[in-house]
Amino acid sequence: MSESILVTLSIVILFLPLLGFTTVLLFNKKFPKLYLFEVGILIGAFLLSIVVLIVKLSSYLDTEIVSSFTWIDFGDVPFLGRVSVELGVKIDNVAAIMVVVVNLISLLVHVYSIEYMRGDKRYNRYFAYLGIFTFSMLGIVITHNLLMMYIFWELVGLSSYLLIGFWYEKKSAADAGKKAFIVNRVGDIGFFIGILILFTSYNTFTFDTIFEQIAAGNLPFGSSAWLTAAGILIFMGAVGKSAQFPLHVWLPDAMEGPTPVSALIHAATMVAAGVYLIARIFVMLTADAMLVIAIVGAFTAFIAATIALTQNDIKKVLAYSTVSQLGYMVMSLGVGAYAFAFFHLVTHAFFKACLFLGSGSVIHAMHHEQDIRNMGGLRKKLPITYASFLISTLAISGVPLTSGFLSKDGILAGTYAFGSLTGHWLIPVIGFGVALMTAFYMFRLVIITFHGQPRDQHKYDHAHESPFVMAMPLVVLGVLSVFIWYTPLPHSPDAGWFISSWVKTPHTVVPAESSFEFMVGGAAENAGIIHSEMYTEAMHHAHYPAMFLSLILGGLGILLAYSMYQWKKIDPDKIAGKVPGLYKFSLNKWYIDELYDAIFINPTVTLSRALAWFDNTIIDGIVNGSASLTRFISALSGLFDTYIVDGLVNFTAFFSGFIGITFKKIQTGKVQTYIVLVVFSVILLIFIVSPF
Amino acid sequence: MNGFPILTLLTFIPVLGMVLVLLMPKDKEREIKITTLIATGIQVVLSAVLLMSYDYNAGGIFEESSFQFIEKFRWIEITGLSWLGTVKIDYFLGVDGLSTPMVLLTSIVAFIATLSSWNISKSLKGYFALFLLLDTGMMGVFVSLDFFLFYVFWELMLLPMYFLIGIWGGTRKEYAAIKFFIYTLFGSVFMLLVMIGLYFSTQETLADGSAVFTFNMLSMMDPANYTADGILSPFNPGNLRFIAYIALFVGFAIKIPMFPFHTWLPDAHVEAPTPISVILAGVLLKMGTYGILRISYPMFPEITKDLMWYIALFGMINIIYGALCAMAQKDFKKLIAYSSISHMGYVLLGMASLSTTGINGAIFQMFNHGTITSMLFLIVGVIYDRTHTRGLDDFGGLANQMPVYTGFVTVAFFAAIGLPGMSGWVSEALVFVGSIGEEITRILAMISTLGILLGAGYMLWALQRIFLGNLKEKWSDLTDLDGREYAMLVPLAVIIIFLGIYPSFMLDIMNTSVNTLVEFVSVNVSKFTLSGL
Repeated sequence: MSESILVTLSIVILFLPLLGFTTVLLFNKKFPKLYLFEVGILIGAFLLSIVVLIVKLSSYLDTEIVSSFTWIDFGDVPFLGRVSVELGVKIDNVAAIMVVVVNLISLLVHVYSIEYMRGDKRYNRYFAYLGIFTFSMLGIVITHNLLMMYIFWELVGLSSYLLIGFWYEKKSAADAGKKAFIVNRVGDIGFFIGILILFTSYNTFTFDTIFEQIAAGNLPFGSSAWLTAAGILIFMGAVGKSAQFPLHVWLPDAMEGPTPVSALIHAATMVAAGVYLIARIFVMLTADAMLVIAIVGAFTAFIAATIALTQNDIKKVLAYSTVSQLGYMVMSLGVGAYAFAFFHLVTHAFFKACLFLGSGSVIHAMHHEQDIRNMGGLRKKLPITYASFLISTLAISGVPLTSGFLSKDGILAGTYAFGSLTGHWLIPVIGFGVALMTAFYMFRLVIITFHGQPRDQHKYDHAHESPFVMAMPLVVLGVLSVFIWYTPLPHSPDAGWFISSWVKTPHTVVPAESSFEFMVGGAAENAGIIHSEMYTEAMHHAHYPAMFLSLILGGLGILLAYSMYQWKKIDPDKIAGKVPGLYKFSLNKWYIDELYDAIFINPTVTLSRALAWFDNTIIDGIVNGSASLTRFISALSGLFDTYIVDGLVNFTAFFSGFIGITFKKIQTGKVQTYIVLVVFSVILLIFIVSPF
Repeated sequence: MNGFPILTLLTFIPVLGMVLVLLMPKDKEREIKITTLIATGIQVVLSAVLLMSYDYNAGGIFEESSFQFIEKFRWIEITGLSWLGTVKIDYFLGVDGLSTPMVLLTSIVAFIATLSSWNISKSLKGYFALFLLLDTGMMGVFVSLDFFLFYVFWELMLLPMYFLIGIWGGTRKEYAAIKFFIYTLFGSVFMLLVMIGLYFSTQETLADGSAVFTFNMLSMMDPANYTADGILSPFNPGNLRFIAYIALFVGFAIKIPMFPFHTWLPDAHVEAPTPISVILAGVLLKMGTYGILRISYPMFPEITKDLMWYIALFGMINIIYGALCAMAQKDFKKLIAYSSISHMGYVLLGMASLSTTGINGAIFQMFNHGTITSMLFLIVGVIYDRTHTRGLDDFGGLANQMPVYTGFVTVAFFAAIGLPGMSGWVSEALVFVGSIGEEITRILAMISTLGILLGAGYMLWALQRIFLGNLKEKWSDLTDLDGREYAMLVPLAVIIIFLGIYPSFMLDIMNTSVNTLVEFVSVNVSKFTLSGL
C-alpha cells in the first residue's frame, strides 16, 4: 500500500466522525434511530485505523508519512518573502497507535452508551457530540503542525464543553462545562503565544520545519531562553488539557457529564492530548523546560493522589486518580523517559476507561448512586463489572502481569535514572510515594464498593449486572490491561515490541549547552539509539531497584487498604481524627477552588463591575457633562444675548427715545423762546471764552 | 467589465429604491418592503458580479492603475477663483483589497437588515426610505477615492441614522439619537479640517499642465504632490501634520469606537431597533478603521510608524476594557454592544502591527465582526420580539424551549468567543500573529490575549443564564424560529463557518493590497520625513 493511500485513509478516518456529527445533528428529529449511523461510522473508522496501523508498522516502521497543503497564502510579503500557512497530516508510529486507541475507546464508549444513555431526551444529540469529539481528537493526533493542533485542541474544548454540560438543566453541570472551557483557555493562551513565538521566528507552524531550524542553530529571537520560554508556554496548553496543577481544577468537576463521557474524554483520550502535545514538541524542549515539566508533573501526581485518598464519590476518586496518572506521564516526559510516557498513556487509556465504564455500570445498577459509602458487596451482583474493575485496579496499582506494571515501572525507573544523573532526587521520591498512595486509594475504592456487606440494602436488592452492550466494552478493556499485548516477558517492557521497535525516543534538536547531558544529540551516528548511552546505563541501573521499590510500596498500599477497609484492623476514622487538619485539607481538595475564587474569579467580577460603573459614570459622565456644559454655556450666552447684547440694542433705542423726549420740550415753535435761548447761549459763550 | 458603472450602481441602486418607495402610497406596506428587499438584493448580486471579475493581483492603495472598476470624471469645476485658481472635485470611485471586503459586507448586512425590518410597523414608508438612503451612504464611503466625495457620503449616513434611531428606537431614543449624531459630527469636524488642510497642501497637475489643488486621495499619498509651504506638507518645516493626524484619528476613533470615545455606542445600540443595530455594528463601526487604513496610513506613513505602539495600546485597552465592561452588563443587548468594543480592539491591534499578517487579520476581523455581531444582534432581536425584555437574568432554560434558536446562538457565541472553525478565530489569530510578530507591539499583544479568556467568560456566562438551567414557567409558550428568522440567520451562519474553514476566500481578495500597503508605508516613511528629504 502506498504512502498516499495511507494518507487518504487517515483523512477519511478523520472526517468520518464529522460526517456522523453533522448528519445526526441535522436530521435527529426525523430519524430517532440515527444514533446507529454514528455507531456504524465509528465501527468503520476503527477498522480503517487498524488497517492504517498494521500497514504503518509493517511497511513503514521507521518512516514518517507527511502530506500537507497550503491553507492561507500571504504571497510575497514585504521583508519576509513568501509566507504561507500549511495544514497537513503526519503519520508516524505514535500517531498511528494513538488513532487506534482513540477510535477503539470511542467505539466502545459509543456501544456502551447505547444502553447507558437509553431514554435520555437528547439521546441522538449525545451521539452527535461524541462524533465531533472523536473528530477533534483525531485531528490533534494526526496533524503535522502546531496551528492545526491548536485548532483541533479548541474543538476538543468545545466538545468537552458540550458533553460535560450535556445535562444542562442541572446548574452544577452547566457550571462545570463553563469552568472546563474557561480554565482550559488559560492554558491555551500560553499555548497560543508559544506557537506565535515560533511562528515569528520561523514563519511556519510545521513541527519538522521548526525542528530543522532549531537543529541548524537558529533559535527564536536568537536565544535559548526564548526556546525555553516557547517550550514552557506550549506546555501550558498541556497543563490545561491534561489537568496539571495549577489548572487541574476543571477535571473533577467535569464528572458532572455522563459517565461514558468521563471514560472517553476525561480519562482516556482528551486529557491525554496534553501529554501527546508534549511528546510532539519533546525534541525542542531545553533542559530548563524539561525540569519545569517534570516538577509540574510530579507535583500534580502528588496533589491529586493525596486528594484521592479521602474522596467518597466513586467518580471523584477516579477523576483524581486520572489527574495523578496524567501527572506521571507529564513527569515522565520531563525526565526524558519519552517512550514510557507514551506507553503509559496507552495502557492508562485502557485501564482507566475500563474503570470509568465500570463505575458507570455500578452507578447504573445502583440507580444513579455515586457515593461509595452507600455501596458494598456488589461483587456478587455485578461479577463482570467487578472482575474487569479489579484487573484495571491491579493495573493502575502496578501489580505484575498487568500493563500498568510495565509502563509505570518504566516511568519510575526513568525518574530514578533522572535523579541519579541530575541530582533531582525529589522527583523519584514523589514518584514512588504516589505509587504507594495509588495502590491504597484504588483498593480502598474496590473494597468499599464491591466487598463486605451492602450498606444500602434497598439499592443493593435492585442492583443487577449490566446488559451485554455495557459489559462487553468492560471485558475488552480489561483484557487489554494484561501484559501480553505489549511484551512477551511480564517483567520487562524493553523486551516488548511497543518499547523496543514501535516507539522510539526522538533525538533532541536543542543545542547541547542548553539540553540535558543525557539527551541524545541530533548527530547521525546516534540514529536508532533509543536513549543516550548515559541514560540507557542509568535506566539499566535503575530498573531493578525501581521495580522492587515500586512492588514493595504498591504491596504496602494494598495491604494498608485491606487492613483498614476489609479486615478493619486499623480504623481510618481514628487516623483522620488524629490529623483532622490534614484530613480536611485532603477532603476539600487543598482548598484550591476556594483560593481561585478568592484571588481570580471574585476580583475579576468586582473589577468588571467597577469598570462598568466607571464607564457609565465617569467616561459617559464626561460626555454628558460636556453636553451639559455646552448647554449651560449656550444658556448663558442666551442670557447674555437677551440681556446684554440685545439689551444694549434696546438701551440704545430707549436712550435715543429718552433724549428725544427730553429735548423735544424745548422745541416749542415760539420765536420768543428761541431768541431768549440764543441770548443766554451767547452770554454763556462769552463767559467761557473770555480771558478772565 | 470595462465601462460598466458597477460601483455607481452599487451605490445608487438604494437611492433609486428610495425614490420608488417615496412614490408609493403609504398603505402599500408589502410593496414597500419588497422594493427595499429587491434594491438590497440587487446590491448583493452586483457585489457577487464584482467579485467574479475581481483581479486578485491588483494592489490598489496608492496607484490609480491598479484600482479596479474605476469611474472618474469631473464633478465640480469652478475656474478663475482669484488666488484659489481652479477648484475641481472629481467623482472618483474604485475598489481594491481594502474596500472590496467592506463592499461585500455592506451589501450582505443591508440585505439581512432588510429582512430583519419586516415587522417594523410605525411609519413604514419613511423608515424604508431612510434605510435605503443610509445604505447609499455606507456604500459610497467604501468606494470613494476622492476625499470630498468620501466626506459627502460620510455625512450622508448621519441624517438617516439619526432619524432611524430617534423615531423607531426604544424608550430613550431621543437621547441616544442626539448623542450619536453630535458625537459623530464632532468627529467629522476634525476630519473636515484635515481634509481642507490636505487640499491646500497638495497639487495635482492637470492634462493642460496647470497645477491645481486636489481632493484626490491618491494624490495626497504621493509626497511629490505636496507644495513647499502647505500647512500639512512634509516640506514645510512648520507643518501641522502631527496635530492633523491626531485630529483625523480622533474623528475615526469615535466611529470605531475607540476608548474613551465609545460611550455613544451602548446607548445607540440599546435604543436602536434591531435592524439598525445590525447596520450600526455590522457596517458603520468599520468605517473608522477603514478610514485609518485608507487615509491615515498612506497619507501620514511617518506618523503612523511613530505611533504604532500607541495604536496598539488603545487596541489593547479596547479589548480588555470592553470585555470587562461586557461581563458586568445585565442587558443582553448592552453586553453585545460592549463585546463589539472589545472585538474592534483586535482590529486596532492588528493594524498597529503594520505587518501583512496583522493588517490582513484586521481587515478580515472587520468583515467577521460584521457578520458575527450582526448575527448576535439579530439573536437579541428574536428573543426581544417574543418577550419584550432583554434582561439576562429574566431567562433560563430556553435551550429546551427553542432548540433551533439555541443552535444558532451557539454558533454565533462560539464564533464570538473565537472558536477555530469559525471565521472570527482566523482573524483574531492573524491579528496576534502579526502583532506578536512585531517587536514594538509584542508585549501589548501578549497582554491582549487576555481578551480571549475574558471573551469566553462573559459569553459562556450569558449563554448559561439565558439558555441553560430550567425554563421559567412564563416562557413555556415561546415559539422557535420562523421562516423569516431562518432566512436572516442561516446565511450569516454559513458565511461564518465557511470563512472559518476556507479563509483564503476572503484573505486572497485583500492580500495583495495589504502587501502593497505595508510596503508603501515603510517605503514612504522617509519620504515624508523632513530629515529624509
